[in-house]
Amino acid sequence: MSQVTGTGRVKRGMAEMLKGGVIMDVVNAEQAKIAEDAGAVAVMALERVPADIRAQGGVARMSDPDMIEKIQAAVSIPVMAKARIGHFVEARILESLGVDYIDESEVLTPADYENHIDKWDFKVPFVCGATNLGEALRRINEGAAMIRSKGEAGTGDVSNAMQHMRKIGGEIRRLSSMREDELYVAAKEMQAPFELVKEVAANGKLPVVLFTAGGIATPADAALMMSMGADGVFIGSGIFKSGNPAQRAAACVKATTFFDDAKVLAQVSRGLGDAMVGINVADLPAPHRLAERGW
Amino acid sequence: MKVGVLALQGDVREHVSSLIACGVDPISVRRIEELNSIDALVIPGGESTTIAQLAEHYELFQPIRKRIADGMPAYGSCAGMILLADRILDAIEGQKTFGGLDITVRRNAFGRQVDSFESDIDFNDGGSQKVHAVFIRAPWVEEIGKNVKVLATVISPDGQSHPVAVQEGNLLATSFHPELTGDHRIHRYFIEEIARPALVRGGRR
Repeated sequence: MSQVTGTGRVKRGMAEMLKGGVIMDVVNAEQAKIAEDAGAVAVMALERVPADIRAQGGVARMSDPDMIEKIQAAVSIPVMAKARIGHFVEARILESLGVDYIDESEVLTPADYENHIDKWDFKVPFVCGATNLGEALRRINEGAAMIRSKGEAGTGDVSNAMQHMRKIGGEIRRLSSMREDELYVAAKEMQAPFELVKEVAANGKLPVVLFTAGGIATPADAALMMSMGADGVFIGSGIFKSGNPAQRAAACVKATTFFDDAKVLAQVSRGLGDAMVGINVADLPAPHRLAERGW
Repeated sequence: MKVGVLALQGDVREHVSSLIACGVDPISVRRIEELNSIDALVIPGGESTTIAQLAEHYELFQPIRKRIADGMPAYGSCAGMILLADRILDAIEGQKTFGGLDITVRRNAFGRQVDSFESDIDFNDGGSQKVHAVFIRAPWVEEIGKNVKVLATVISPDGQSHPVAVQEGNLLATSFHPELTGDHRIHRYFIEEIARPALVRGGRR
């Protein structure tokens, strides 16, 4: 009876188990515990949430292994961590720590402006960001087992996440309506492998789970993204940069499950205190826009 | 016969597809009215802590517990196995389960995601073919009560054998995820060998 680890099926399957859930950014064991108790399906361990990376500037890198291990010891739910785009050594280190998922993330400063990590070469699965279908399929082609739409992380402004979910959804619907002989040109135009384009056209969905991320700050934001067809949501700065993290975290978990029930949404949106202050994406100068990193 | 899939969080869609392939027309269960309308329940893979939390908050927890105790057939995969277990190890403080199965389950027993694996295993439903089983951060059964039947086992890296599929009365649980493979044998076993006979015995169809 042979047992095979690190297969495409266990990598993609792991993301299937997170569906309908909220993955929360945490910077220490105490926050991780709050997230778990609030019903998070996983936590993302990082040193600074995107709002702070934005405020403090400088190069943002993989987190300290000590800090990741403390979070792993504190919770029973999956622990994810971020590596810089193209930084396969950071990814190897995270894999050796036994993190459950690696986010090759544009929120950190890229280590390689041409290539992403060859994710097939790892046992640990990867999630990557995408602003459109072509970008999502290029990441899947490199071995990503889960995709999240990019938003503008650390802003509390949901408009970019919305734009990218609409874009990805719209492109999938367009492919589904095409004749098979038109898919060759579609693949060329979106710079994506033909086989993956064909698969998406046939199934009407990505071959991996699609979460959404970036700028989600309220239960209503989470529900909006679920209504747009997201399989689940990442919430970064939105929870622990708000007035009452435990209550807001639990409210976002409920809003994700009952995204189509306005009564539940009204009830969980009450009395949450101050949301994170937020930055309008339109006010950000283009070089500071994270979603434009990655290609 | 009306079968529901608990749809608070997890791989609900995959269980729905597997059940449709077995000829039943399942519904998603998130509310008490939906729970009251079903004859059998499937609890999907996902995070057991999240599912229990949501069930408790939306007043489904005690009603599900009661229906299971009253004999409603139920099948749980992975997180679903944890939720059907009477006792759990490596749980978070205060973590509750619906219970019903007289077993002790260890959460994340096989390790972290890098240890998740696939394997062909024997499933003792009378069939001779192996089942292709997908284990994701999977639990195993550490102890069983005297009325629990072990349907499948796996050898862990330390050479020990652990039950990964068990049945007691109308309750079935697997550590692995048959809903991910397109092989509907486990779902068919639940529907044809457990749920349908139980309903016939109970005078409902």
